[in-house]
Amino acid sequence: MKQAIDVSQLKVDPATRQLITATAPKKISDFDKNALEEAVKIKEKAGNAELCTLTVTSEDAKTVLREALAMGADKAYVVNDTGLRNVDTFGTAYVLAEAIKKIGEYDLILCGETSLDSFSGLVGARLAELLGLPLVSSVRKLSVEGDAVTAERSLEESIEAVKAKMPCLVSVTREINQPRIPSLMMIMKASKKEIVNWTLADLNVQKEKLASKIELVEVLAPKTERKKIRITGESVQEIAEKLAKALIQEGVVKR
Amino acid sequence: MSGNRAIGVYSEKYDLMLEMLGKGRELADKQQVELVAVLIGYNVADKTSELMKYGADKVYLADDPTLERFQAEAYLGILHSLAVDYEPETVMIGSTRNGKPLAARLATRLDAGCVPDCTRLGVDENGRLVCERIAYGGNATAKIAFAKKPQIVTVPQRAFDKPLPKDRSGQVVKVDVKVDAARTEVVDVKPLETSNVRIEEAEVIVSCGRGLEKKEDRALLDELAVVLGGQAGSSRPLAEDRKWFTEWVGLSGHKVKPKLYIACGISGVIQHVAGIRDSKVIVAINKDEQAPIFEIADYGVVGNLYEILPALKEAIKKQLQ
Repeated sequence: MKQAIDVSQLKVDPATRQLITATAPKKISDFDKNALEEAVKIKEKAGNAELCTLTVTSEDAKTVLREALAMGADKAYVVNDTGLRNVDTFGTAYVLAEAIKKIGEYDLILCGETSLDSFSGLVGARLAELLGLPLVSSVRKLSVEGDAVTAERSLEESIEAVKAKMPCLVSVTREINQPRIPSLMMIMKASKKEIVNWTLADLNVQKEKLASKIELVEVLAPKTERKKIRITGESVQEIAEKLAKALIQEGVVKR
Repeated sequence: MSGNRAIGVYSEKYDLMLEMLGKGRELADKQQVELVAVLIGYNVADKTSELMKYGADKVYLADDPTLERFQAEAYLGILHSLAVDYEPETVMIGSTRNGKPLAARLATRLDAGCVPDCTRLGVDENGRLVCERIAYGGNATAKIAFAKKPQIVTVPQRAFDKPLPKDRSGQVVKVDVKVDAARTEVVDVKPLETSNVRIEEAEVIVSCGRGLEKKEDRALLDELAVVLGGQAGSSRPLAEDRKWFTEWVGLSGHKVKPKLYIACGISGVIQHVAGIRDSKVIVAINKDEQAPIFEIADYGVVGNLYEILPALKEAIKKQLQ
């Protein structure tokens, strides 16, 4: 699970086109919330499974971890270390892999196929590779039967039904479900659940291993050069006439 | 690692491969390196000369009955062993739903960095590859370079134009195919029910958002789209939450660049805007005059789409006569 910047509330400094990320509100990345919801559903059906969430971050993430526990996770693990501040997708996946090894045995790893803020969509596949697991990505429907998963993958031009033996890693799209909103009761129960805090040292991860393989040159808000012409008129017909004329003059309406 | 001065290009989607070869040729010429295409499939040898016409100096051909359909482990294994033997500086991979995880896994095996979904690629004054991609849900564009090689980028469809084929030839190298065992089994493939015209290819898109009250009302969009020679579309909530459309326009759906984009009852959240930013002309129709969509529109109409759309359809019909 990623604690992501809520991009819908992100502000831009109009003078410099810089993003004001420091004060931007954070939340569970939407896609990861779908992954968590799917995991809760699987657990409800399976009965005896334990559901853990794992987050790596360089900032406090208690609020989002509590939310995950309220949604139905049994236990939350967090690797919080300032050494994770500028890691790339490899670094993130590497720390996740080391933490998962330390947590112990598992049947299924679920993650969002991409994240709300960076939208890279690489971490899940990198993690599968590091753990040597079969990968089933872009999943919009999932079921677990015996020691295998059956999934519907949403591809550009087709829907592919895929089977894979567990343990495996599944990344989900937002189509897969509608995440629940935890009740007050669930929130109260969650306050008693355990959050395990680790640092990179606890995982024996050397900081050199996490050196970023990419360099951010700049991040700027895009320039918008639009005409912003308001079309007004006495009647709907008049507005429509004016707009039609403008579009024909622009050459975007074929005669 | 000594490394070959080369750029490698691969996509399981043939058209995307040609688009990447156009950009790849430009980068290869600037950096004075070789451009190499990898072609994987069965009975595809006849395509190699075309790949060279589109810019490849060399084509690595993995042609085998077992490779007829995309299979992640097999294709990854081939690309990985080629990259290990050949050591290209840069690898470009098509950013499809299958291609992106392929790039991520290849990067991990090669201990390489990966920059996904590059919408621009260039070379800076120091000869360094610089990638541009949309970041923070469309709020920003990030410029990214690499700290080490090999460097892997993924390229979305239609980010770059397909080049004009030239009278060129080159070398074909056959690859010994050792297929890695599949770890997932495809049990069924159903083609997606989409409209005949792909939305990314439509020259005009009449798109709606939450302002549309009922599924049946999409007829209003379809009727206007017919007059304009275009297609109806929607924003994410109408497709993903309400299931009224099978696909949507936006960062997580289709990125489009039509000549004309008409956004009806779409508030203009940043993820949607990121998907339409390259449109030539944007028209916004919305009841709420404060809607952010007006900030990125060329023409804005504050009003009810149920009144404006039929009137606009009639006005255009009349003026085109």
